[in-house]
Order: sequence, then structure tokens, then C-alpha cells
Amino acid sequence: MVSLTSARLVRNRKARDRAAPTLERPGVGWAIPGLVFFLVFAVAPMVGVLYLSLTSWDGLNAPQFTGLANWSRFIDDGQIWQSTLVTGVLLVGNIAVQAPISILLGVWSAGHQRNRAVLSAIFFLPLLLSTAATAVMWRQLLDPNFGVPAKLGALFGDSNVLGTQKGAIICLIIVTSWQFVPFHSLLYQGAARAIPNTLYQAAEIDGAGRVRQFIHITLPQLRNTMVTSTTFMVIGGLTAFDIVLLLTNGGPGTDTSILPFSMYQTAFRTYDYGYASAIASFLLLLATGASLALMKISGYDKMTSTLEGL
Amino acid sequence: MKNIFSRRRACAALLATTTMMVTVAACGTSGGSASSPTGNVQFWTLQDPTNTVQKTAVDTFNSTGNGKVTLSVIASDGYKDKLRTGMGSSKMPGLFFNWGGGSLSDYVKAGKLVTLDKSLESHFLPSALDAGKVDGKLVGIPIRGTQPVFMFYNKKVFTDAGVQPPQTWSDLTNLVKVFKAKGITPFAVAGNASSSWTELMWIEYLVDRLAGPELFNKIQAGDWSQWKDPAVLKTAQLVKELVDSGAFGKNFGSVSYGAGGTSTLLNKGKAAMTLMGSWEYAVQQGEAPEFAKSGMGYVAFPSVDGGKGDPADVVGNPTNYISVTTAAPSKTASEFLKTSYSDTYVQGLVDKGEVPVTTNAKAMLAKAPDPAYANFQYDLVSKAPSFTQSWDQALGLTLGTPLLTEIQKLFNGQSTPEQFVSAVSALKK
Repeated sequence: MVSLTSARLVRNRKARDRAAPTLERPGVGWAIPGLVFFLVFAVAPMVGVLYLSLTSWDGLNAPQFTGLANWSRFIDDGQIWQSTLVTGVLLVGNIAVQAPISILLGVWSAGHQRNRAVLSAIFFLPLLLSTAATAVMWRQLLDPNFGVPAKLGALFGDSNVLGTQKGAIICLIIVTSWQFVPFHSLLYQGAARAIPNTLYQAAEIDGAGRVRQFIHITLPQLRNTMVTSTTFMVIGGLTAFDIVLLLTNGGPGTDTSILPFSMYQTAFRTYDYGYASAIASFLLLLATGASLALMKISGYDKMTSTLEGL
Repeated sequence: MKNIFSRRRACAALLATTTMMVTVAACGTSGGSASSPTGNVQFWTLQDPTNTVQKTAVDTFNSTGNGKVTLSVIASDGYKDKLRTGMGSSKMPGLFFNWGGGSLSDYVKAGKLVTLDKSLESHFLPSALDAGKVDGKLVGIPIRGTQPVFMFYNKKVFTDAGVQPPQTWSDLTNLVKVFKAKGITPFAVAGNASSSWTELMWIEYLVDRLAGPELFNKIQAGDWSQWKDPAVLKTAQLVKELVDSGAFGKNFGSVSYGAGGTSTLLNKGKAAMTLMGSWEYAVQQGEAPEFAKSGMGYVAFPSVDGGKGDPADVVGNPTNYISVTTAAPSKTASEFLKTSYSDTYVQGLVDKGEVPVTTNAKAMLAKAPDPAYANFQYDLVSKAPSFTQSWDQALGLTLGTPLLTEIQKLFNGQSTPEQFVSAVSALKK
């Protein structure tokens, strides 16, 4: 028996060695479709936006080259820095609310019990709704006279929920979380299911309780997923403006006018495409910088596996 | 076998892709201007209760063999964005609904619009044509009824309180106290950031009552320093007094316009009055037909003591317009424009509660669903020495959008009347 197995092993190894030289890297040609796609739909527009940020353009006539005029206006524009601040507040608020909820929900729904499967299916429903539908529904729900605040006066005071900066920001965080927690839970659910059961069995033998197992096994094992999910939240937070447009329209005043919304308003309401492109370039810089920083801090770029030593 | 894709083949593939893209781009640019006199025309219109009348007109026109008009109904919020984007592109509509004034001047400057035949003017009331002209050239003719802004009120709420609608500013401030004491919001106003144009109406009327129409005419003509006029500051102070006295309630900053918002507040008696354009009637017809028919009263905006403006002046949309772009086949477009003053079209508008500004409309008003309402508007407009177009429309979006934001801040108490004046003055460098 023993000799037979080892003989087979040797044979297998030999087969592998023979196969190795034929396994070469695929030709560079295979990268062309992806590369062309990336060039046409990502790089070219970015270059275009950078160029437009140096022009004055109303969208009807040809763009006029104005050098750095938009950028010097950008730096002196107090409104832009306020927008940047609000964008940051929303970003941090969204991550602080969404990350813990989606980790807990995701890990919980990773269990194979039938009730969890049924409830998870219900939890994931918001994923099926478009942002527009979500925003319209929530605007009705938050109506001060005919919505929830009118019925729960004790909780909402004079129910002017969208009419104050604090209220509007809280509403935006709640609605965004409601919409995107299911997506992030789904990420965590998949990751939690991939954690090898042997780890939990070993912990159980060592006498670790459910909480300790969660803290010392589940959370470390979810590290890479946390990076992915946070990156999604950061990039999404820096580019998403639809919910702001439909729920608060940047108001009250300009209190929730986040950068992407300012960009939209500058471009499509006041038709100042040049200045809007400057804001867009700034956003591009911010998003790229944020995701690079996230990779560096988390060590995600090293691509170390959480399964080392198993 | 090595390198399935040789470099040469890769280049060929790249070249093919590029060629394909250029071809696609070339396809996209055709159709920018029309060559044959008849053909297909896209007609972009705003979603509103008169769409069915427009649809009937389009269907009738399409059976006459002068080309084919396709109606695209676009929802209110995105209409102007979509139009602007469309006008800069190859997908430019041939015919489009608009508000005249500043909304057209950019398109005229960019050479997108066709100057219309002078002979069309004879079919419309002269005062309604002004906003359809840019630099003296007729580029838009009326397509809807006139839409003056005035005060709507809930009759039952007034009867219960034993009061009359306001005639003067002091009447108005007294009514605020009366209704507040009864727990009713005196005026429904939609203060959420998408609806701040409802707040603009208060500013427009107050400036007109205090200073007369000349002040805004000068601003529209380009003299931005006129915002420093004392009447503007006085207006802002009056608004602040109203807000502070609870005239709009406490939560108006979250209220939306229309059904589910201001209109529902009015028809449910939660608010006593609302300052709104004449289209409020159609909105109420859709939401609370009984209320529209018998429960809703209407009255002109009150006079303001000591103001220079004529209390008979009106603000609002003189009317909406239809304009023709260079993308439309000329004969199809000019033939279709004729439907806008045809008896059936005008009658259709009258049936919807509109007051058309065509010369043949007057006789039809008696057959309107609510002749009293139609005649009230007709009298209001015909007796008005001046009809100021809504400022956001008159100024165009580039200046109108930040102006609306400043007005919203004033109403929300985020800026003082003084800050309002200086912020608005700084909008145009």
C-alpha cells in the first residue's frame, strides 16, 4: 500500500514537472480588449475632464481655454471647502454606521439555519430598489405633515427633519445605510462562510465562548473583506450624489451640498462645465488618494492570505 | 503556439476597434440639422395635466401627412437639465416646451433656434408674447394658458374662523395670528431644497408691491447693482418677520410642493392659504376634485402699505412657449405650430382649467369647467399693468439657481436679511 501511494505521488510529480514548461504566460494580446475598454471609458474621459478644467465652457459653444482660472477660483471658493467637509462627515458617518451593522448581520446570516435564510432574504430586499425609488419612498416617509415624524411628535420635535443641517445629514446617513447595509452584509456573509470550520472547532476545544470566537477568529478572518467593503464605502461615498439630489437637493441652503452634488449642480444647473470639471478632477484625486491610502494602511496590497498556516 | 495574438494582429484589432468607434461617432452626429421640409420631429414637453391635450393635437397632426411629430413627456425635475444636454448634442429635439425669457437666450446666442414667422403673433395676446422674444426676435409662441401667481385659500377654514381673505398687508399679518391661534398653518410653503421656487414667489410679489416692476426689469436687463435697492432689503425683512411670526409653520423647511405636500395641506385644512401659480387648480383637481370645485377660494396678492408698486400687478409665468430648433424639418414644424391656436387645442386647454392667451380663447372661457375661475384669471391678467415673469425663468438657470439657494437660506433663517442682500448682490461678478 505504502509503496503504491508513494509511487503514484512520484508519478504525479513527474507529470507536473513535465507539464510545467508548457505553462507560459498568456500573450499580451489578450489584454487588449480590457485595455481598450479602460482607455476609452476611463482614461480618455479623465484626460478630457482635466482639459475641460482649464477651460470655460457652457456646453453649447466651443470651450475657451482659460488656463488655471478655474483652479484659482476653486481654491478661494469657501463653498467648495464646506462641501468637502460635509462629504467627509457623511463618509465617516456612513462607515461608522454601516460597517458594524453589516459585519454583525453578515456573520449572523452566514449560519445555515432556515430562519436565518428566510430573514436574510428579507433583509436584502433594499438591494433590489433603485436609489430613485429609495429616495422617493423615504421622502414620503419623512414628510413632516403626513409621514412618520408627524405621528411620532415626541421623537421628532417639530418634525422639521430635512430642514436643518443636522437632521438632513442624519437622514442621509440613515437612508444610505438602509440602502447599502444589505450589500455589505452580503460581502461579509460570503466571507464568514469561507472561514474554515476547524478554527472554530479548535477554539471550542480550548474553551473559547461565542464572543471570544467572534473576536479572535471571525473578525481577523474577515480582515480582507473589511478592506474591500470599506473601499467600496469610501469610493461610493465620494461619488454618490443621487440620494442627496433626490432627498435633500443639497439643502437646507447648501448644507448637504456634497462635492459630487456641487459638481452636478455646477455642470447641469448653472452650465459652468469648466468649473465643474475642476471639482470633478479634485474628486478624482480624492477618491484615488483615499483608496491608495486604504490599501497601504491595511496592507491589502501585499495580498497576504488569512489562511496562512492552515 | 506562443503568443496567440501576434503584435501585428493586435494592432489590427486595435485599428478595427478604433474604426468602429469612429463610425459609431459619425452616426451620432448625423441628424443634427434637417434638410427635407417634412419628416420626423421630436417634441419634448414637460409632464403636466395638459399632456393629454398635446397628445391629441399630435395625433391629429400626424394624420394630416405633414410629417410625424413624436411627443416625449419629461418629468418636471429633470426637464431643464435634459433639454440643455440635448440642445448641445446631436439628439436635439425639433420642438420643445419652455418658459421663454432667460431660458431661451443662451440657445438663441448659440444659434440653435429658428426665428418664427411674424404672422403668428396676430393669434395671441401681445402681453403674452414678450417673454417669447429674444432681442426682438420671436422664438417661442404660447402653448399653454397663462399662469399668474395668486393666493389660494381653503374656504371652510376661513368660514370656521369667521375671517375674510387678505386685501392688505396688515390683513395678512392679522390672519397669521388668527390661524396660528387655531393651530392652523397660515400659509403652506414648500421650503425643501427642491421647491424653493415657492418661496421665490413671495419675494417677487413683495419687491413688486414695494418698488414696482421697474426694479426687476433693470436687474433682468443686466444692472445687478439694483439688488442693493432698499426695497430688496425691506422685502427680506418682511419675509423674516413672517417666518418669525410662524406664518409658514415650523417645519416648512421639510415640506414638498404639490400632492402630499403643500396642496394636501391646503385641501385638508391644515393650512389656510398658499401662494401658488394658477396650475394649483389642476393639481387639486387631480388630488381632491371636490375641493377644487367648491372648497378652494382665490384672491390676488394683497397690497403693501406705502409701496410704489400697483396692487394690480401680477407675477408668474405669462405663459409657456413652444420653440423650434434647427433640427426640425421646416414645414412639419411650421404646420405643427398652427395647432397651438387651433380651436380644438384651445378648447382642450380650457377644458383642463387653463386660460389660453390666444385671441380666440375669450369666447370659450364661458364653457370652461369653472368659468368663474377662468374669468378671475383672465381679468387678473388683462387688468394688470405689468406681468413680471418668474425671476428664475427670466434670469435663466445660471443666475436663477444660486438665487433660489439664497432665498432658501433667508427663509430657513440661515442668513439674515442683510446677508441675503449682500449674497445675492455677489452672485454676478
